[in-house]
Amino acid sequence: MNLDSMQEILAAARREGKPFWEIILETDMANRGVSRGNSMERMARTWHTMKEASEVYTGDRRSLSGLVGGQGKRMREYAASGNPIGGEFTAQVIAEALSMGESNACMRRIVAAPTAGACGVMPAVLIPMYWRENLSEEKMLEAMFTASGIGAVIAYRACISGAAGGCQAEIGSASAMAAGALVHLRGGSGEQICHAVAMALKNLLGLACDPVAGLVEVPCVKRNVIGAVNAIAAADMAMAGIESFIPADEVIDAMGEVGRRLPVELRETALGGLAATPTGRAVKEQMASGKKKQRLLTIKDARWKLEKPEKTDTSAT
Amino acid sequence: MIDVFDIMGPIMVGPSSSHTAGAVRIGRMARTLLGEPPVTAALHLHGSFAETGVGHGTDKALIAGLLGMAPDDLDIPASFEIAAKEGLKFSFDEVDLRDAHPNSVKMEVTGASGHRLKMQASSTGGGRIMVDKLDGVWVSFSGDFHTLIVQNMDNQGNLTDVTNALALARVNVANMSLHRSSKGGNVMMIIETDDPVPDPIVELIEKQPGILQIIHYKKED
Repeated sequence: MNLDSMQEILAAARREGKPFWEIILETDMANRGVSRGNSMERMARTWHTMKEASEVYTGDRRSLSGLVGGQGKRMREYAASGNPIGGEFTAQVIAEALSMGESNACMRRIVAAPTAGACGVMPAVLIPMYWRENLSEEKMLEAMFTASGIGAVIAYRACISGAAGGCQAEIGSASAMAAGALVHLRGGSGEQICHAVAMALKNLLGLACDPVAGLVEVPCVKRNVIGAVNAIAAADMAMAGIESFIPADEVIDAMGEVGRRLPVELRETALGGLAATPTGRAVKEQMASGKKKQRLLTIKDARWKLEKPEKTDTSAT
Repeated sequence: MIDVFDIMGPIMVGPSSSHTAGAVRIGRMARTLLGEPPVTAALHLHGSFAETGVGHGTDKALIAGLLGMAPDDLDIPASFEIAAKEGLKFSFDEVDLRDAHPNSVKMEVTGASGHRLKMQASSTGGGRIMVDKLDGVWVSFSGDFHTLIVQNMDNQGNLTDVTNALALARVNVANMSLHRSSKGGNVMMIIETDDPVPDPIVELIEKQPGILQIIHYKKED
């Protein structure tokens, strides 16, 4: 089947008496013409890469611009020794999100999920859950398939790149994927997965993509935190039996529409929002002064993206 | 149809799938098409590659690719030092390629044997790439398929020779396109196939009259 709508996946799961994640696994097998073992093995490699990226993080590295580095370490220490307002688990989630976003900015190995800029959201919820609840690897892979199916539907119906739809398309999509994964880890139903997706995405609708100096650093690293914490809130609401009034597919469509209507300055062009603040501009000028020649053609690039949205649709930061 | 491992992935070195992972793949594609390790490379960055390339490690990523690294290689940040050790001399400058994709690079590379390649390519998002121009001829292929790149004289019958050879091996063609610099000039056939073309068939095509060069790009997982 094509991963065109959450409703279709849900219907297929019901019809065939299978869990949500298995429909995604079987779609991958059919799509790539591979065995169940091959698909599972590849997802296991992906999960191991996420875990390893978290384990090798030290907090000693700094990004190319020097804007980012060490925040994840600080938060890990606070989670362990402080008295975090949101409790130890939430503090661990925040620390994981920061660590992974930082690792990405510092040219370390990560898993783009769905994009490199949003790579911290999935591991931020999966890794602390894995340790706290002693979950099996099998269960984690099921959650990853659940999340990737959700992401595929969003990419099909809307977009997953900041250039096409703003940060809601990156962190928002990652948050929806993570919310669905969490519901699966807690044994929720396919319907509950859809409600969690809808609620997570609704909460981040309209979020601008406004990276300072065009780099995946400020505010991207810390936005991974809101994606992760929001996923927990949405999953908990779904597990409590709270439903989204607007169905998931309609929320996804709305995200796509909001993305198309976002001005181009707020879609990864670094021309608006935080990038256009005096502090943001100063960073850009500082970066540019280290170069021989400064190009001033960002408006043209922006127009290019605007005129050919179909080509940037699957593009990702 | 969206590949779920494009959503949960790619596994890559940060910070940007388009500015880093895609740039590695472009460099690697150039090395493959050259058919040998490059010893010199002149790279011209366009648009967003020029604008924010340094901050995204685009320059290091392109060189890493030319050295044969994959997008998840942890040595990507050290590619300049590795290039010095392996004897790859390179230079960067900025260029305005007019209507090109914002994440584009034009490059001229030379191998130890003296073989040269001119390529313009773009990083189209999520780590995916497009080769836009090859040795002065506009083309369009992504490396998402096994790809045969056949250069021949603008003669009648060459196309049939190639497709006959492919039929012999029962290789299914996914996409095919023909490009030429001018009438009677050089022609480039881009043939994307579902399965790799067996080596004897590649040799057979190479021996047909009028065929100047053939490159077989094998898709990577």
